[in-house]
Amino acid sequence: MLDTPVGRDIKQAHVTHQWKHDRPLIECRIDPLGRYVFASAEDNSIQRWAFSDEVKTPLIAHESWVFAIEHSLDGNWTVTAGGDGRLIWWETASAEPKPVRTIDAHHGWIRSLAVSPDGKTLASAGNDKVIQLWNIQDGTPLGELHGHERHIYCVRFHPTDSNVLLSGDIMASLKQWDVSKQAVTREFDCKPLHSYNTGQKVDFGGVRAIAVSPDGKYLAAGGLHKASNPLGSVHEPLDLMFDWESQKLLQSCVAEKIRSVIWRQLFIDDTTVMAVSGGTGGGLLHFWSPTATKEIHQFKLPKHARDMDLHPDGIQVATTHSDSILRITKLAPKTA
Amino acid sequence: MAINYNCKNNEHQFARRSFLGGMLTGATAVVGGLGAFTAPQAYAKLNRDQKRIVVFNMHGGLSQLESWDPKPGTDTGGPTRAIATSVPGIHIADTLPHTAKQMHNLCLVRSVNTKNGDHGKGRYMMLTGRAQTPAADYPEIGAVAAKTLNPPQTSLPGHIRITPGGSGGRGNDSAYLGPKYASISLDGGKPPQNTTLPKTVTAAGDEQRNQFRQFANTGFLERRRTAMTDAFTYSYEQAEQLMRQRDIFDITKESEKDTARYGSHDFGRHCLLARRLLENNISFVQVSHSNYDTHNENFNFHLEQLEEFDSPFATFVGDLADRGMLESTLIVVLSEFGRTPRINDRYGRDHWGNAWSVALGGCGVTNGASFGATNENGTKVVDGEIDHRHLFHTYLSAVGVDPTGSFDIGGRDMLRADPEGHAIKEILV
Repeated sequence: MLDTPVGRDIKQAHVTHQWKHDRPLIECRIDPLGRYVFASAEDNSIQRWAFSDEVKTPLIAHESWVFAIEHSLDGNWTVTAGGDGRLIWWETASAEPKPVRTIDAHHGWIRSLAVSPDGKTLASAGNDKVIQLWNIQDGTPLGELHGHERHIYCVRFHPTDSNVLLSGDIMASLKQWDVSKQAVTREFDCKPLHSYNTGQKVDFGGVRAIAVSPDGKYLAAGGLHKASNPLGSVHEPLDLMFDWESQKLLQSCVAEKIRSVIWRQLFIDDTTVMAVSGGTGGGLLHFWSPTATKEIHQFKLPKHARDMDLHPDGIQVATTHSDSILRITKLAPKTA
Repeated sequence: MAINYNCKNNEHQFARRSFLGGMLTGATAVVGGLGAFTAPQAYAKLNRDQKRIVVFNMHGGLSQLESWDPKPGTDTGGPTRAIATSVPGIHIADTLPHTAKQMHNLCLVRSVNTKNGDHGKGRYMMLTGRAQTPAADYPEIGAVAAKTLNPPQTSLPGHIRITPGGSGGRGNDSAYLGPKYASISLDGGKPPQNTTLPKTVTAAGDEQRNQFRQFANTGFLERRRTAMTDAFTYSYEQAEQLMRQRDIFDITKESEKDTARYGSHDFGRHCLLARRLLENNISFVQVSHSNYDTHNENFNFHLEQLEEFDSPFATFVGDLADRGMLESTLIVVLSEFGRTPRINDRYGRDHWGNAWSVALGGCGVTNGASFGATNENGTKVVDGEIDHRHLFHTYLSAVGVDPTGSFDIGGRDMLRADPEGHAIKEILV
């Protein structure tokens, strides 16, 4: 059960801060203690902004773009991963962050990281189709999960059960794993999220974003559909809402005539998903519910958005953008 | 229709699909025979002497930054990394790990500036070596290769295109060289259309039909032989030989081991078919791989597409090397243009013809080398700038055809290549 923070009103959302870097930004995460927001950039760096004084600090070590950032639950460690196939551990609050541990973890891109709710395990996944499990405190390998046949786009742990991991790939195969047994226990039918364009000869779409509601009742799988021209970015966002127990599809949440893809989503309470989409339709925050047929709310961001994270206060949202700006949006009324 | 035989300008007047369309009709006259030219001895000599060209057309516009000219760590490089190749000092994108091991059989041209960002114009430029104008039409490299490389006595077509899909038939790509040199499309890698006998026609019946056709044609030609009738004759003879040699187009005749090595997907099968055609002395084979027009999610799509391309292509190059065919086969990997160094809002790259790359290899070029260069972030050519005209001259020179020569078309000299271009001498051997 996740309580709604006092003062949150998604329909009063507004941008409060715009923090500028000199290269387009990619991924972002806010540390669990709410002190910093980390954003990767197209210069292979990660930039850390402090909420307190807005000071920007670079984290330099990767040799490709960083596609995934996660933190240990105690906030001590920041782990980053990307196109160089490396996992790098950093001290989250270091005045001059340096790599503490570097592991050549995957062959090819690492696209996604996830931290288990008990705070012990880090999962990594990417183009080598393997999910690897690590002790987040010391980087010890804990096991591998094999089963995907194509690039893995997303991994997420169940919010309350560290033995349950979810992973989705380009073919829209969404697998539920029993981590201790290293075996697939269920699959969710997410076929609408995949398309194959016979003219362009390309697979497209896939499970780009996975979220499970805090009470464990719903699973959301996001991506895109209506991909009439994948190479030209003609497609619309789609979020599939499932009942966790029965795996029944409850809602197919859409934003019609918006040409974009869902990059990330999370439940901001037990029945509300916040998703960020980007594309030729610009950048948007969508608010959907597994119990509502229509979009609850939509907030248009100033530029193309690429990722999003929610501050522990439940009100501030960080988004990365192609115009090199990290934006902070408040899900609350403006104050004088 | 009486046509001056000496004018030699009749071939282009045939209807586009006359060759294959006429394969099964058997309704008009034919003369002579090609059997003598398909004798084993003649084939052995062809194998030794005949030059061939194979073009891999990366449809849509391959990103040079995700293939032959990566710029990691720059503002344009994207997440793509550079990897070492079998040639010390030459690095290519990490999307091509298998191809990297064949770099000693390839030659990179990293300084192409065609100043064009239009698909149609770019395709025309790269395949004809000329700018597209309303005033004239020029034959594609495949037609020129068929005309100049195919031994005159061969019974097989010299210009084959293998495409992922389509309806088959002949292309409209030979301009003034005429339909004899137009491409035959093997769409989906399938054998040419209409090359099997209808179920209602027996082999004996077909033989009788051909004998009658030859008889009638001989009588006709004694009185009215023209270039038109000779071309018709050639078409029927070629069609007949094509039907007899249909196995050449059938990759199920290849070993299971080779089929597995090339992979079961379309492009793998098409590469294996290309090898089979070249081994059977087809002068020109073009294999298309689609699609690289990645305005959106350029990096994801290049990873996928090049993952499919890389292993079969490298296997193909290695096989040609192992079989001694690289000495007689020019490999070209081209596209209609490259892609912008600038990465757009959607992680895409757009059309870009100002600084991109083409890969060559095999016959007549310096393998294990690279020519030309772009600047640090790939936004402009800084050394050895060339364009489509120079490349076209280079292709012909590499296979021993003088690009400054001409075709006699109806008594008019038509230059084989744009006179404003010249071969890239630095890479020719």
